[in-house]
Amino acid sequence: MNPLRYLPCLVLLLAAAPGLAQVDAFTFENDEQQQRFRTLSNEFRCPMCQNANLTGSTGGVAEDLRREIHRMILAGNTDAEIEQFMFERYGDFIFYLPRLRADTVLLWFGPLLFLLLGGYIGWRIYRQASGNQQAATNVGLDPAEQERLRRLLDDD
Amino acid sequence: MKKFTSYAPIAAFFVLAIVLWRGLYLDPTELPSVLIDKPMPTFVMATLEGEPVGNADLPDSIFLLNVWGSYCLPCLVEHPTFMRLSEEGEFPVVGVNYRDRQPLALDWLDLNGDPFAYSILDQDGRFGIDLGVYGAPETFLVDSEGVIRYRHVGVLEENVWREVFLPAIAELRGVPAAPASR
Repeated sequence: MNPLRYLPCLVLLLAAAPGLAQVDAFTFENDEQQQRFRTLSNEFRCPMCQNANLTGSTGGVAEDLRREIHRMILAGNTDAEIEQFMFERYGDFIFYLPRLRADTVLLWFGPLLFLLLGGYIGWRIYRQASGNQQAATNVGLDPAEQERLRRLLDDD
Repeated sequence: MKKFTSYAPIAAFFVLAIVLWRGLYLDPTELPSVLIDKPMPTFVMATLEGEPVGNADLPDSIFLLNVWGSYCLPCLVEHPTFMRLSEEGEFPVVGVNYRDRQPLALDWLDLNGDPFAYSILDQDGRFGIDLGVYGAPETFLVDSEGVIRYRHVGVLEENVWREVFLPAIAELRGVPAAPASR
């Protein structure tokens, strides 16, 4: 039996996959609005299914929020206004990129802090190690003593 | 200096261990509500029975706002708590029928009993967005001024009522909270 006879089925199945994606029948006045809708839905995080953005989520609240974004775009609201709307209701959680504020500074710059700290510790260890090496090679012999040492070693 | 570098790994280990140990007991699904200490959002809606309802119709005592739906199994689990509260009558319970279908919701109340003073019909979840709701069940504790004081996400079991809500209510009333008994 030829396994290749299943190939057309497989191809058709794969071709149908995009049909399973979340598609809302939202209509826009122009491409720019549609682009903004896409960008915003990608930026906001779904409150219900926490590791998906609004675009990727099938959750009920994500559906409602997409509809709300659509409504606000058509009503002429700016992106900043839509972001503020979401923030007032769902807080920082809704943003994949949290806003820069006093209490989110650590979140933003914590990794940099750790990098600097790690770099500093690494540098200290490196310096100490190279210091020890220098101390080991320089044990305080004057030229005459060094000459004698070399002669003793060369005797063998 | 020698001392610092030799103790640093052990110190780092303990700091990391404490941080990760704490992380084991955090619940990342627990989202703080932004609406705590903010007034109830303004609404002009209808009840499940079709009566108009707005902010002026809210109870002027401390009350509970419970987000529910007939599709929501956990809501059935917490239902007896609200039935008891409504029988005792001290704290009115206002429902928000969230993303449901009206006939199904009415059937659900007929079948299981209706603990709500009334239920606000929020078929498309728009009011839920204003409340920062992300799924039923959720329960808000609202004070007599109409200010949201606490939000509980998930099933409101009797022990949650005893250990979280009663102390919060006592605090609202200016009475020092009684230690929670288990």
